[in-house]
Amino acid sequence: MIPLSWYLIFAAALFCIGLFGVLARKNAVAILMGVELMLNAVNINLVAFWRYLYAPDLAGLTFVAIVLVAAAAETAVGLALIISVYRRRSTVVVDDLSLMKG
Amino acid sequence: MTIQTLLWLLPLPPLLAFALIILVTNRWKALSHTLAIGAAALSWLGSMFICWTVFRLDGLAEHPIGSTIQWLPTGADSWLSIGTRIDPLAAVTLFFVAWTVLFIFIYSVGYHNFGQPQGDHDRAGLPPEGATLKGKGHHRVPSIEPMYSRFFAFISLFAFAMYTLVVSDNLLTLYIGWEIMGLCSYLLIGFWYGKKSARDAAVKAFLTTRVGDVFMLLGLVGLYKAAGTLSYAGIFGNEEMLHTLATTGSGILGLSQAGLFGLLLFIGTVGKSAQFPLHVWLPDAMEGPTPVSAMIHAATMVSAGVYLSIRIFPLVSQSETALLVMSIIGAFTALFAATIALAQNDIKRVLAYSTISQLGYMIAALGVGAYVAAAFHLVTHAFFKALLFLGSGSVIHGMEHGVLHTGEHVDPQDMLNMGGLRVKMPITFWTFLIGGFALSGFPLVTAGFWSKDEILSGAFAGGHWVVFATLAVSALLTAFYTMRQITLTFLGQPRTKAAAHAHETPLTMTLPLMVLSFFAITAGWVGIPKAFPVLGGLINPWFEEFVGSMLPAHGEAAEAGHSLVPLFTSLVVALGGLYLGWLVYSKVKAGAKDPFARALPGLHRVLQNKYYIDEFYQRAFIRPARWVAEEFSYRIIDRGLIDGILHGIAGGGLGLGRFTRDQVDLPVWNHFVEWLMARVPALGRVLKGVQTGRVQQYMVIAIAIAVVVGVLFVYFFVLA
Repeated sequence: MIPLSWYLIFAAALFCIGLFGVLARKNAVAILMGVELMLNAVNINLVAFWRYLYAPDLAGLTFVAIVLVAAAAETAVGLALIISVYRRRSTVVVDDLSLMKG
Repeated sequence: MTIQTLLWLLPLPPLLAFALIILVTNRWKALSHTLAIGAAALSWLGSMFICWTVFRLDGLAEHPIGSTIQWLPTGADSWLSIGTRIDPLAAVTLFFVAWTVLFIFIYSVGYHNFGQPQGDHDRAGLPPEGATLKGKGHHRVPSIEPMYSRFFAFISLFAFAMYTLVVSDNLLTLYIGWEIMGLCSYLLIGFWYGKKSARDAAVKAFLTTRVGDVFMLLGLVGLYKAAGTLSYAGIFGNEEMLHTLATTGSGILGLSQAGLFGLLLFIGTVGKSAQFPLHVWLPDAMEGPTPVSAMIHAATMVSAGVYLSIRIFPLVSQSETALLVMSIIGAFTALFAATIALAQNDIKRVLAYSTISQLGYMIAALGVGAYVAAAFHLVTHAFFKALLFLGSGSVIHGMEHGVLHTGEHVDPQDMLNMGGLRVKMPITFWTFLIGGFALSGFPLVTAGFWSKDEILSGAFAGGHWVVFATLAVSALLTAFYTMRQITLTFLGQPRTKAAAHAHETPLTMTLPLMVLSFFAITAGWVGIPKAFPVLGGLINPWFEEFVGSMLPAHGEAAEAGHSLVPLFTSLVVALGGLYLGWLVYSKVKAGAKDPFARALPGLHRVLQNKYYIDEFYQRAFIRPARWVAEEFSYRIIDRGLIDGILHGIAGGGLGLGRFTRDQVDLPVWNHFVEWLMARVPALGRVLKGVQTGRVQQYMVIAIAIAVVVGVLFVYFFVLA
């Protein structure tokens, strides 16, 4: 059986890729994708810990399901916001969206 | 390798091809199509091996081959299982899916002009517009599709989903494959996303099928709650379970649970197989490239809807109401779509409506209990409709060649611009003729005749006179518009210069046509009924026994004897329709109007506008939805209510602020604050540097602080 640490390393790598995407990409859609990767990395951690430590109790899976639903809702709202911004300002590059600059 | 293992592996090659093309090879066109076709060929090989093995097995229906794994825990020790399985219905479906998918892949190579030069002004997201060859004067030739690799990636994903759907042993994985196909359909209809019409068609297809899918999901959830399982064996193969479902009331409209869930699942079919009233997306789906029309919107994806209906037939047949609904919707759709097809001029749209009509045939067959006939027509239809679509693509391709060559500005898809193509494109002509005759049910030789005849005799033997009459009339119309299409396209004289300069398409396109036309003839021979005069019994009616064994009490309708009335009817309608079509359309001159439009202009206009159903939906659903979004959600809820609350709070805060200013601030703190304020701008200037308005820099700061705090926390609290 694959040891637990493999999953954790994989999840950590995925989390870092997502974080890099969030920090380094200019396109708001790509940033949203980075956020999704980070969420899924957390999900992998949750599932892995659940499988190795708590199965077959269902709490861990339920938690993951809730995270998935929240992620889907967040994506829907996020994409709607991005589309709305694009219609108003014809750009989705976050550096150009600095109306809040002090 | 055992068949059990092979079944699990069957969908994988196209999925791998999809991933590889997207991630690695999408710059190399030849490599991409090699991967895609190689993967399709592997799956084809596996499918043929499986079919070859199981076609000869007795009692496959009672003991289907397959295996399950435990997937999700649903309690202390109950699991949601998924698995693969092959039974007679899955086997025959697998057979036609494997053949059509492989040859549509091969056809796509030619269709997307592989080997031709890059276009002069082609852009990604628009159809290629042709390239000018230098050296030989001003010679324009077709150019290669700019997003060639992307196309092969998408159809590979599609093939994966279709294989998944066919080999799965439960409704859940079937639904997963079903939804992935919905996505692929959206992506491929909108493949040329630079065209507004393609974008709109993609969204329309996605939303319309979604309406059906939501009901289907409701049916799945309800069925799972009632039966505790979604596997075919646990529901459809379990007499006790079926009996319980049939006798328990659902509390809705007086339906039993079997009837309610059956109908909900059937609404999924209505969406996917484009039955009335959710048929509107399929004709618009012709905006996609032609191989897509052939694969998704004729041979495989729309067949998946009928496949589901055949699957759930043991459940649905527990309820008379559900069967009645199916036969009404099926028969009505068959006739309704056939009438619209009479007045369409776009070669692909005629085929689109004929697809809707033929799918209606199958649904009606199920509704009257002709289970085997529905499955039989599903198989033969997949072959000849894929053939017809690919043939029409070949015609369009040849016409485009003529348009580029002559520089004439005519629509290469309009049949009134064609004519006389049989000389220029002989292979396309002969194969299209075979496909067209199969569609119209040309007696004895074509596959379509045998399957249609079986449906008609099923309806006749079951005493469903209305369904029988409706189907017979639509068969007549089918033969008529098919002959109209063949006559306008291939016979007579060319009506434009482009048609006169059309060109036969390359071997990658004609080879699939020839292979599919072989099946369009022979696929019917396995189902010649024993009781058929003269020919009956010459070839063993293997299909009937093989697929019929899926039903415990099978063949009641079929064994009532083969009456001569339906046979005579199908002979008359097929030959009569073909003859009439030839009679009316063989003399259409260049620039002339459709004779039908001259004779009955009012009716023609209604049919050409598809009974104005799109316009009706626009008014009844889309505009109200927009109105609700615009007026209600945006103005009333968002601007009025939510902003109102916010403004109210802000106003309250303002009032409070005024009060404290006048009573506390001004008299008491003024001097102190003024002293402080003199120093604030300096602080602000310092802090301004932090607020750059760039969200990612905020993120960096947030993470830096989180790391520092985390380190301090660990150092002082955890380690200490």
